[in-house]
Amino acid sequence: MGVALAIVIIVIGSVLFHLFSPWWWTPIATNWGFMDDMISLTFWITGIVYVVILLFVAYCVYKFQYREGRVAAYEPENTKLEIWLTVLTSVGVVALLAPGLFVWFQFVNVPEEATEVEVVGQQWFWSFRLPGADGKLGTADNRLISEDNILGINPNDPYGQDDIIIDGNDLHLAAGQPVKMLLRSVDVLHNFYVPEFRAKMDMVPGMITYFWMEPTRVGTYDVLCAELCGVGHGYMGGTVLIDTVEDYDLWISEQTTFAEMTTNTGIEFTNLVEDP
Amino acid sequence: MVETENTSPPSVPPAEVEEVELYHATSFWTKYVFSQDAKIIAIQYSGVAIAIGFVALVLSSLIRLQLGFPEMFDFITPETYYQFVTMHGMIMVVYLLTALFLGGFGNYLIPLMIGARDMSFPYVNMLSFWIYFLAVLVLVGSFFVPGGPTGAGWTLYPPQAILSGTPGGKGLGIILMLVSLALFIVGFTMGGLNYVVTVLQGRTRGMTMMRLPLTVWGIFTATVLALLAFPALLVATVMMLFDRLLETSFFMPSLVEFGDQLSYGGGSPILFQHLFWFFGHPEVYIVALPAFGIVSDLISTHARKNIFGYRMMVWAIVGIGALSFIVWAHHMYVSGMHPYFGFFFATTTLIIAVPTALKVYNWILTLWNGNIHLNTPMLFSLGFIVTFLNGGLTGLFLGNVIVDIPLSDTMFVVAHFHMVMGVAPILVVFGAIYHWFPKISGRMLHEGLGKIHFWVTFVGSYLIFFPMHYIGLVGVPRRYPELGDAAFIPDSVATLNSFISLAAFTVGVAQILFLYNVFWSLRKGRPSGSNPWRATTLEWQTPHTPPAHGNFGPELPLVYRWPYDYSVPGAAEDFLAQNDPGSLDSGSST
Repeated sequence: MGVALAIVIIVIGSVLFHLFSPWWWTPIATNWGFMDDMISLTFWITGIVYVVILLFVAYCVYKFQYREGRVAAYEPENTKLEIWLTVLTSVGVVALLAPGLFVWFQFVNVPEEATEVEVVGQQWFWSFRLPGADGKLGTADNRLISEDNILGINPNDPYGQDDIIIDGNDLHLAAGQPVKMLLRSVDVLHNFYVPEFRAKMDMVPGMITYFWMEPTRVGTYDVLCAELCGVGHGYMGGTVLIDTVEDYDLWISEQTTFAEMTTNTGIEFTNLVEDP
Repeated sequence: MVETENTSPPSVPPAEVEEVELYHATSFWTKYVFSQDAKIIAIQYSGVAIAIGFVALVLSSLIRLQLGFPEMFDFITPETYYQFVTMHGMIMVVYLLTALFLGGFGNYLIPLMIGARDMSFPYVNMLSFWIYFLAVLVLVGSFFVPGGPTGAGWTLYPPQAILSGTPGGKGLGIILMLVSLALFIVGFTMGGLNYVVTVLQGRTRGMTMMRLPLTVWGIFTATVLALLAFPALLVATVMMLFDRLLETSFFMPSLVEFGDQLSYGGGSPILFQHLFWFFGHPEVYIVALPAFGIVSDLISTHARKNIFGYRMMVWAIVGIGALSFIVWAHHMYVSGMHPYFGFFFATTTLIIAVPTALKVYNWILTLWNGNIHLNTPMLFSLGFIVTFLNGGLTGLFLGNVIVDIPLSDTMFVVAHFHMVMGVAPILVVFGAIYHWFPKISGRMLHEGLGKIHFWVTFVGSYLIFFPMHYIGLVGVPRRYPELGDAAFIPDSVATLNSFISLAAFTVGVAQILFLYNVFWSLRKGRPSGSNPWRATTLEWQTPHTPPAHGNFGPELPLVYRWPYDYSVPGAAEDFLAQNDPGSLDSGSST
């Protein structure tokens, strides 16, 4: 009796905790509401399975607890029942997998109109780069990084000259404009993580990773690192703002381009590197 | 007619392999220290694994001290915090659970359950333990070198694992970790080959594969997985050692560390992740399959009922084992690998849920219409069902690629894998110890203390890890020594963290009760007799308890039936041992 009751209490307690928990996801700030829907769907399906199975266990423990003289049944197999259970489980799995893959397809296919934004991670801070007037980011390589070229931008790439570099400052994004976040790392693995965006991806030195999203809600959001990157991992904070289009245009007009930075320092890059 | 039914005529095929003369130890040293007897080796393996497991338990308490009460303890810095986290994870997964299930339970139970006198290669078996012991010593040694052990996380992802921004990255910490892992794999391979060969070749007459207890099936399949999976890790450790010591660039691209251009170039950090998880995911099942097998036998024995759907249980174990090799990249959905991998690995991962779910159904259908003894082994088994079901279902969140994107690298993941491959298998370990302790020692563990131990451990663990999922749902990342001042984290998360820590300390202290019970019962426990649970499998039918060298006296047992003949209609007792010819078929036995 006690054991069965304990299992029932665990079931009821878990469900109540879920329903009344003040700990829930942050209000979403991008187009990825589908992800929240998928979590809800998964909670529903798995929650029902959890409750049904554990209540069945509790019933068995209560009903078939040891009694002197009771003889257990002898039933090695029941093919029909086993087939039914297999089919039912498969249906549940398909119900989770099919919509999940459907949304994943959208996640990995970046819309044409998305503008590029580069995020660069290093121990233990963030820098950002925007494409400037030509709409294209110049190439970059970790081997080009120096004190005067902190992001390793290729100085011979004409696309890179008007790139806007944001170092030690906040990133701004325009609401309603899809962005492809290009992610790059200078040293070790990092992960550009804003809980309100839902989407996240590792940044890996030596390659460019990406995800896309459409910012939808104006506001200020904390950036965290979500991939262990050494002792400073827990303190690698940053800020990203989603602006209205007008505010965004105002902000971007005040930023410095790569060309302006290099002119200011007066360094001549022309023959420093071969064209890649 | 199914082979598993008790009505099949007792048939005993001739022995395929003749008995060979056993090795006989003559001195104290060869009998108890450098022993070649699998039972002694099993106890050595278990003793070392449990001892190092207690180190991991202490480390987990230190982690919880920091998370529950940040900035209260000066000796816990980000450096030491990451070292605690790393060593806790590595010890629990590899040096405790793998070693205990395969080296401990495998060595003790395989020969006894299949009716063999010992493992096929006793000398190699002994070497296996001593190399494991050496691996543990190297691991422990890394706590005492300058700079301390590695703090790279148990996944040891490069580049950070071998760079100066990570504790132990430029010191000896990471080197000793990699060397210890390589040693562990060498030692395990020796033992693992033994377990596989012994199960395939050492079975007594009549013990067909489809009459093996599920415990043996679980350990056997897990060992095959380990033999196939560990080489990937061995390769990765050797390559990373080269990267660290010889400045090769297997996993290292060109990179700039704190303003300095390093000489590395051309390597791939993601390659390491593939190698690591090609081992790492089967590793989950290397721990889970023995637990599946053992819990099946515990439930059947203590519910006095045959396991439901034996053949499906066997095929589910084999199927899960095979599938576990094609799901590894679900640990890498946000790693930056090609996004189309997501379709494949999400599909395979969710398919594996089907055989796993069937196993859960079959355990609870075994309870149905049983005669359930709520003793400690059964309680731990029920605790396993609850926690494994919970952890398995949250696996459906993380396995489904699009749901994993927001949840990965948050505390939700930490809660999930602790529930499914931490708490659940360890509850089985405890259930198994309460179950087999009488055979190993000849005495019963104290039942009252055992029940207190169970309730505190089970309820406490649930209170630790169930709420932790919701901290992850808020978005709190894992591997953060403190919550920081991010606006999305409400203050109440800190309160919940303190509560979780208090639950963790309670569970930790309760394990002392378990140790006390073991040591007290070894001397003062109630004598158990040879078969206290009235179980059917061969280890309970030995002439001596604890079993003597050679296990079975002059004659090896002959096996007439499957291991689950409980409550057979018409039988005189409520169990028929596997070597009981039975009185039902009057014509063919006597």
